[in-house]
Amino acid sequence: MKRERAAKAPVRADHGTAREWAAGRFLEEFPLYRVVDEEGRLVGGAQLELPGSELLGLYRWMLLGRSLDERMITLQRQGRIGFYIGAIGEEATVFGTVAALEPQDWIFPSYREHGAAFMRGLPLVTFMANLFGNAGDLVKGRQMPCHESWAPGHFVSISSPVATQVTQAVGAAWAARIQGDDMVPIAFFGDGSTSAHDFHTGLNFAAVMKLPVVFACRNNGWAISTPSASQTVSETMAQKAIGYGMRGERVDGNDLIAVWAATRRARQRAAAGQGPTLLELVTYRMEGHSTSDDPRAYRPAEVVEPWKRKDPIKRVQKLLEARGLLDEAGDAVLREEVRLEIQAALREAEAFPPKPPVESLFEDVYAEPGWAQREQLAELRRAMDADPRVANPRHVEG
Amino acid sequence: MPVMNVIQAVNDALRLELRRDQRVVVLGEDVGAFGGVFRATAGLQQEFGAARVVDTPLAEGGIIGAAAGMALYGLRPVAEIQFADFIFPAFDQIVNEVAKFRYRSGGQYPCPLTIRAPYGGGIKGGHYHSQSPEALFLHTPGLKVVVPSGPYDAKGLLLSAIRDPDPVLFFEPKRVYRAAKGEVPEGEYLIPLGQAAVTRPGTQVTLIAWGAMWHEADQAAREAEAEGIDCELLDLRSLQPLDIETITASVRKTGRAVVVHEAPRTCGFGAELAALIQERCFLSLEAPVARVTGFDTPFPYTLESEYLPRAPRILQAIRATVTY
Repeated sequence: MKRERAAKAPVRADHGTAREWAAGRFLEEFPLYRVVDEEGRLVGGAQLELPGSELLGLYRWMLLGRSLDERMITLQRQGRIGFYIGAIGEEATVFGTVAALEPQDWIFPSYREHGAAFMRGLPLVTFMANLFGNAGDLVKGRQMPCHESWAPGHFVSISSPVATQVTQAVGAAWAARIQGDDMVPIAFFGDGSTSAHDFHTGLNFAAVMKLPVVFACRNNGWAISTPSASQTVSETMAQKAIGYGMRGERVDGNDLIAVWAATRRARQRAAAGQGPTLLELVTYRMEGHSTSDDPRAYRPAEVVEPWKRKDPIKRVQKLLEARGLLDEAGDAVLREEVRLEIQAALREAEAFPPKPPVESLFEDVYAEPGWAQREQLAELRRAMDADPRVANPRHVEG
Repeated sequence: MPVMNVIQAVNDALRLELRRDQRVVVLGEDVGAFGGVFRATAGLQQEFGAARVVDTPLAEGGIIGAAAGMALYGLRPVAEIQFADFIFPAFDQIVNEVAKFRYRSGGQYPCPLTIRAPYGGGIKGGHYHSQSPEALFLHTPGLKVVVPSGPYDAKGLLLSAIRDPDPVLFFEPKRVYRAAKGEVPEGEYLIPLGQAAVTRPGTQVTLIAWGAMWHEADQAAREAEAEGIDCELLDLRSLQPLDIETITASVRKTGRAVVVHEAPRTCGFGAELAALIQERCFLSLEAPVARVTGFDTPFPYTLESEYLPRAPRILQAIRATVTY
């Protein structure tokens, strides 16, 4: 087989770059796996393995994710929170993956997978308290918004540097194997992260050690203003798996069912001792990178247009309707439920005191504060007592 | 009591912890079948198997990233970085991830791991087998930094480091890996992190050193004694947590301090010690705090004797301080 393939395209190592050797070759070698098309119809021969009730539940999660993102972006525009980063248009990559995992599987998020934490039980109000960085925030106001942690649901702490979670997920998989646990971690990262050293070392370590881990590359086309074509000359992200000697799969990331099925396969393979899988979830970043970004500066509006037709939520809605699991009235009920849930959580989250107590600044640096932390807390308290402006960010303007 | 060198003491500590605690895992480049380029992990894979004493691919960022994931999951990994000079590919994992996990998760995700790394010069290693990067990590809250000077401390401190709830960088003085020998008790004993040792009591000047430079400071103190100068020598052993009480008590007594380290001077840990001493012992000081350090240059190959703050330069600083 391998020889025939080589004979067909003997120029892989020729001059130039991969796109020039044999254009389209890797698109063929890694076909886009899809179960449901844009009209909500099963593609030829595909089976719907996800039970209807579960599908409806995931649809509701996607509605919640979308609605929350929209509401929080508005909140940022209103100046009530400092920053927001969400997953509008990429919901299937978040909910489809996590739905296919077991509850004990650890999630190593990048920074768009808040929905994964909700599925694992993170209350909306706790998430929103993180956006405000107030006294209700489990991470005690120490990180920017959208950097939540949720240990009860095995949702690992988020950091801003990209790809660092890839090697960490590898370590967790390794630890689970040493302990004899049935635990398959998933690492989420974007197309930009495939350029980072942690991506390379993480995939290499995982393949060399044949570790049970799933790598979910959410290829949304953009790393802030840099298109994925400027990130790599590989035609696909999935083909990078070849270099590490692991299985790679390219999946329609806007097809919830395909994402779910591909993740489930990857998990099964990992749990069976067959090693890691690189999933490329092909999707599109419909909005800016975050609320700090305005894509109009680098991306003409028309390039987004075709992707609107591929909306992952609409696709599931059509599928549910075609199967008689949802009608217009039922859909409206779900959307209203979700809206009220967000509204109630927001009211509750805003009611917390605006800041965590000042001593929390010095906690959790070490298991026990050292003399430096103790002395500096006392020093800060004295300064605050002497002049309340110490705690007021706007003191310069009086 | 058996006599060991530093490598044997490190090896003994690792063996004891691997036996005592199933969560302990050793990983790094060449640490397995070969037993490490300095032999610090010799025989461990043979005793504990390839699952717990693991040869990794050659990527420090991957070693520490993976060790972090293991620690998050509940293991107690001990990662070896073959030379401290090669730790920088893992700098982001150590500084941005490992050091901050407990804090940034609000205490939900502690990350207790130990990173062992031979450090320091005097072995004809040039730029990339000689550096002392401790200050770079001391500037990162969340990390602990430990530097033993000899075998007894190496074993007792390493046992404490592996059991510590926080991440610990354990810098081993490779220049005296084999040269420093001493009696080391069998079985376990713990030296708490954050306790300096007064290895030589004295009255006229306080010498502060750690790791390989403690041996140079000790030599200088002997030579000073022959000249009639009575030095008190502190071996810090642990730089974070720092035993500030032992330092201040000593300097208040002697009124003089000489700090020795082989890292470059600017922003070296000696600068922090000098600042702490003047903040806390100002009225006791009879002379400026002296720093005898490596120079503000990359670590040299041929001129390393000139570069290192060895006993003759320390002795000159002692004389200048007591006659100030």
